[in-house]
Amino acid sequence: MAGLSFDNYRRNKSLEASGVLPPKTTSTGTTIVGCKFNGGVILSADTRATAGMVVADKNCLKLHRLAPNIWCAGAGTASDNDKVTELESSQLEIHSQWTGRAPRVVTALTHLKQHLFKYQGHVGAYLIIAGVDVTGSHLFSLHAHGSTDVGPYLALGSGSMAALSVLESKWKEDLTKEEAMELCSEAIMAGVFNDLASGSNVDLCVIEKGKPSRLHRGYKQPNQRLQKQRNYNFDIGTTSYFEAGSEVFYISKQSDLETSAMEVDQVS
Amino acid sequence: MSRFNPYGDSSGGSSLAIAGADFAILAGDTRHSTGFSIDSRDQSQIADLGDGLFLTSNGFSADAKQLVDDLRTQIKWYHHNNNDHKLSISAAARTTMMLLYGKRFFPYYVNPIMIGMADDGTGAVYSFDPLGSYDREPSRAAGHASELLMPFLDNQVTFANQLDPQTGEPRKRLDLDLQTAVDLVKDAFTGAAERQVQVGDTLEIVILTKDGVDRQYYDLRRD
Repeated sequence: MAGLSFDNYRRNKSLEASGVLPPKTTSTGTTIVGCKFNGGVILSADTRATAGMVVADKNCLKLHRLAPNIWCAGAGTASDNDKVTELESSQLEIHSQWTGRAPRVVTALTHLKQHLFKYQGHVGAYLIIAGVDVTGSHLFSLHAHGSTDVGPYLALGSGSMAALSVLESKWKEDLTKEEAMELCSEAIMAGVFNDLASGSNVDLCVIEKGKPSRLHRGYKQPNQRLQKQRNYNFDIGTTSYFEAGSEVFYISKQSDLETSAMEVDQVS
Repeated sequence: MSRFNPYGDSSGGSSLAIAGADFAILAGDTRHSTGFSIDSRDQSQIADLGDGLFLTSNGFSADAKQLVDDLRTQIKWYHHNNNDHKLSISAAARTTMMLLYGKRFFPYYVNPIMIGMADDGTGAVYSFDPLGSYDREPSRAAGHASELLMPFLDNQVTFANQLDPQTGEPRKRLDLDLQTAVDLVKDAFTGAAERQVQVGDTLEIVILTKDGVDRQYYDLRRD
């Protein structure tokens, strides 16, 4: 069966009604920004992923490549962002091979918004899409329900208010690449330090007309782990156990060893 | 129909205490937050009660503040009634229990930890639950990162579930020296700040010995 499975929908509803709470999803509870400059467009993101108030990943990558010239930054549910961008990059590759042209940013945007609208906001992907194509450089934002925005600078995620405060006060027209990189990283840092759901490092991607896109992983690293005061190695014999022993297993057939790791995929 | 909720979620980060043979340490971070916003990066949560007693109470901040005010009043009246006699930590702990249980059906949403020097000169850590159940302990953590800090203390202060490789017997709890204890506190908080978003900014450590009080400050991550 193609598409998502809703098999457990009614069961989960009744479990929720009886007080069994669903498990926490990993949220990128994020700060992401995008900003145009006079030769292209920049995307930037923090690298913290959270599960509630606990940091799930200290250095996750929120910038996704949809095509060589189109990138997007994702906020919201981590798994939805990973999957929806993976799906879209495949679709764009197929589309560009079929048409024999480099994909356009509006193509990615339109296709993604149709997908997200179909799922009525239940696919929790909040994206900033940026890229250059034959029609110029573009910057869009896309909400999980399917609405889109266009702008010279955009921010999304729980840290977007902090980021926007920087963008609104310092953005100007005709930024150079270096100015735009500085502005974007400063906007992300505002989110990193002032929004608890954002943190760790700043990733940044520069997409320029006529040049290969460049991903700066760890562009700013303002939160390095401090050296520990003590070391915490344990002496051998610290852990107690009931008894030590070993067992010998004989394998009768070579085929017993060759249980495929993909066995689960073969079940129809 | 929604009812007014008297409890809020504004809170300090986390705190931690270790008792030694001749010292007691109380530490806490100085971040104060509500939801995903930082209210303050410089809000001390260690209250000096006087008489060599220090208290943190993690949980709902307004209740924490009120508990400190209640305790200060109690101590002041104790001085008035007893010719300024110093309140011992065991008595202060019992007083704290009385205050907390006095609000049995409208409790202060707090997990207090109190340190002081006991009558025999040893360092004392007392910890409480919101209703007043309390105990003297070798170490205790409270607040948002208590689930991260407490197992670390069990492992490094009380050596829980560890054997001495030489004898094969359960590892004996040694009295920590002060420097080791302070280092453990620093490592505990830098570790907690890595994984708990409400912990960070500055670590404040109060060290209590027979010679007096020493306050130290260390930077934590600010993101």
